[in-house]
Amino acid sequence: MTVYLLRRTAFLVVSLFLAAVVLFLLLRLLPGDPANALLSVGASPEQVAAARHQIGTDRPLPVQFVSWLGEMSRLDLGTSFVSTLPVGPEIAARLVVTVPLTLLAFLLAVVIAVPVGFVAAYRAGTWYGSVLSALSQLGIAVPVFWVGMLLITVFSLHLGMLPAGGFPQDDWANPGDALTSLTLPVVTIALVMSASLIRYVRSATLDVLGSDYLRTARALGSSFIGAMWRHGLRNAVVPVVSILGIELATTFLGAVVVESVFALPGLGGMLVKGFAQHDYPVIQGILVVSTFAVLLIGFAADLVQRLIDPRLRRSLGGNLSGDGA
Amino acid sequence: MTTRRRVPRSATLIAGCVLAGLVLAVAVLSFFWLPYAPDDTSGDRLMPPGLPHLLGTDKLGRDLLTQLMIGARVALEAGAGSVLIGGLLGLAGGLAAGFATRWLDDTISALLDILIAFPTVLLAMLVTAAREASLGSAVIAIGLAMSAIVARLTRVLVKRVLGQDFITASRTSGTSWPRIILEHVLPNIWPTLSVNLALQFGLAVLAEASLSYLGLGAPPPNASWGRMLQEAQASVFIAPAGVIAPGVLLVVLVVGVNLIADGVRDVADPTRRRTR
Amino acid sequence: MTLLAVAGLHVRSPEGRDLVSDVSFTLDAGERLGLIGESGSGKSMTALAIMGLTPPGMTVSGSVVFDAPGPGRTEVVGAAERRLTSLRGRVTSVVFQEPLTALDPLMRVGRQVAEPLRRRRGLRGRALDAAVTAALEEVRLADPERIARAYPHEISGGQRQRVAIAMALACDPALLIADEPTTALDVTVQADVLTLLDGLVKERGMALLFISHDLAVVSRIAERVIVLKNGTAVESGSVDEVVNAPRHPYTRDLVGSARRLDSVLDSLLDGRTP
Repeated sequence: MTVYLLRRTAFLVVSLFLAAVVLFLLLRLLPGDPANALLSVGASPEQVAAARHQIGTDRPLPVQFVSWLGEMSRLDLGTSFVSTLPVGPEIAARLVVTVPLTLLAFLLAVVIAVPVGFVAAYRAGTWYGSVLSALSQLGIAVPVFWVGMLLITVFSLHLGMLPAGGFPQDDWANPGDALTSLTLPVVTIALVMSASLIRYVRSATLDVLGSDYLRTARALGSSFIGAMWRHGLRNAVVPVVSILGIELATTFLGAVVVESVFALPGLGGMLVKGFAQHDYPVIQGILVVSTFAVLLIGFAADLVQRLIDPRLRRSLGGNLSGDGA
Repeated sequence: MTTRRRVPRSATLIAGCVLAGLVLAVAVLSFFWLPYAPDDTSGDRLMPPGLPHLLGTDKLGRDLLTQLMIGARVALEAGAGSVLIGGLLGLAGGLAAGFATRWLDDTISALLDILIAFPTVLLAMLVTAAREASLGSAVIAIGLAMSAIVARLTRVLVKRVLGQDFITASRTSGTSWPRIILEHVLPNIWPTLSVNLALQFGLAVLAEASLSYLGLGAPPPNASWGRMLQEAQASVFIAPAGVIAPGVLLVVLVVGVNLIADGVRDVADPTRRRTR
Repeated sequence: MTLLAVAGLHVRSPEGRDLVSDVSFTLDAGERLGLIGESGSGKSMTALAIMGLTPPGMTVSGSVVFDAPGPGRTEVVGAAERRLTSLRGRVTSVVFQEPLTALDPLMRVGRQVAEPLRRRRGLRGRALDAAVTAALEEVRLADPERIARAYPHEISGGQRQRVAIAMALACDPALLIADEPTTALDVTVQADVLTLLDGLVKERGMALLFISHDLAVVSRIAERVIVLKNGTAVESGSVDEVVNAPRHPYTRDLVGSARRLDSVLDSLLDGRTP
């Protein structure tokens, strides 16, 4: 196990490094001079040169890369072209909105998907099993922002129950207000995410229900519920955990888009604005943070999987079957 | 003696074809006939459905039905273009990785994992910001992001096929690698791969809609359903058609394509447990 | 004493195909009955129907009655799940064909053997551990402590099947159903496991329902035999009768092929012996 941990951590570090390289190159390869973002139209060559010097794009690429890495390691994510404020603290401030949004949405999605997926599998032949399946089919086809728009229309504009957007100025000082603002966005994302989770849970449950080991347990006198609890649960969880990492990352993405729908001051809004204004430090900073987050989540998911499924651990002890039958 | 395998009918496949076909028909029709010119803003703004504008107008006075029809074109182009780029790139990359030696394979896998960690929409935003926002940029971006996922799947499938005995048998009887790829590898990975590509089509359509919604997709007068939704959002009370219609069409198209994918999977391998 | 009475057993698939048609037989306590047939003959489905474990969607009709000390007289067809749960394990237990999938891949082998032991004998803790070790020893597994700590994928097919037998015996049933228990094993291992099964069943005086497609195997371990073809019983009788004087053409074919194989093997052996 420790061997695996070391190897996987090394792999993670290498991945993070490679991701940094790729990000760096991608941004440098974009046509258009970042310096232009700092200047107005018709700037003189001296002004352009001065701007380039200011951002540091007049240095050779490897030098830029090394200094960029240095900045990253000090958690210095640069300064926004537009606001001239440091990017790092701004991102941190916005995470206060985006992280709870993502986590709550994910949690809600899981809470919805597990029982629904189970019922959809258990009652697979019946009409309501098929209905649930059809609903999940619909859920993965629907654009998340459209769901947001519809929910706003019904719950904010028609019923006036919840705010149509925005977030309290003082962030979480008043948790009730903050949560109220997040309710519709969380539900929006959760509805769409749960659709795909339901399909995974259903598939995993169907596998368990049709499995030989469940049949053996029942044939030896175990009740159905007892057998499902002792054997079915863990076996069903394994394939679902393997995709939880990806689903969490996708939830984060959904949050980015949904923040636009609900005018939430989160990472998504910052990113969209950054793109619109060609604010490279902002774009770069957010992409670095989100890519690293996704890689870390993947690492954690991998670890959990290995802990649960003994078949994935290539035990150094090997097989015990040396003595044949 | 010839054996004709009776192709089992799949309700899923038929339903999918009907739904997707509907959108396709609208798109094709749009090349021949449109109620109004795409950039005709002569109508009254935000009119409800009726005459002369069958579905009403948008906030600039454009005929909604016209915009929707053009949007069908855009959606299908986005899906097809992305799948073409993503599929070809992914197939090439995946084949390379599948045949590669351990060291090269590990490197490619690591790169793929990183590319996949790059959330699709973010990657797409990057590309569209680099070039001017346009449908082409969106398609390239989505295609690139998709290629990593396709490559990863292809790699797994290729490795599985290569590990089988009949490949070894082929090699020992002297078949060259290119022939093996053509005659054995590709036909064996195609069923699973094609289903996956069909699902990616739907995802690409949704991704393009998201990009357009955020303002990073095809600019007007090139209508994208996503952009239409963004424009209609503010006036949802006055003209709900603008919010409902594009969304419904998106769902119809994506559900249709997904059902086709599921239907093809059922037909290709009827021994699969019916997981409908 | 009649332990099991099956009358007019009928199993129909959701698509309307008759997988088992009008099968009837009785089994006395301690008796050994063999069920022979090729794949698709309905033999496994018969076994599942007897335990009330047919896959969902199957329609079972007819009568399957157990008469055992303890639960008394129980009709399986149409019985409530709770009734069936108390019947299974106490009266019947099973050894399935494929031990790799029949065991929970995520649970250590020892725990899986402990489950029926705990249920049957109400053991806990140290006593339960000792019982698990004893059960594994009974099926001639060397180093039972190590095996108990292992996961199914870490031991060989033969070892897994022995574990499955241990689990089935742990229930101390009146009837042991063995559905192709050696088919998935290496040929060299098959004979050992069969001998083990034979001995244990005799030792405990259990009734045995042995299902297989292999006539030679069945004839060695069963006293009576029923031949199934396409879901119907085409012949039944003692092993001696069926093998030496088959009446039905299908049985004759079966016996004929088995004999031919035997004679080919014999002549090969003769050829080798100097």
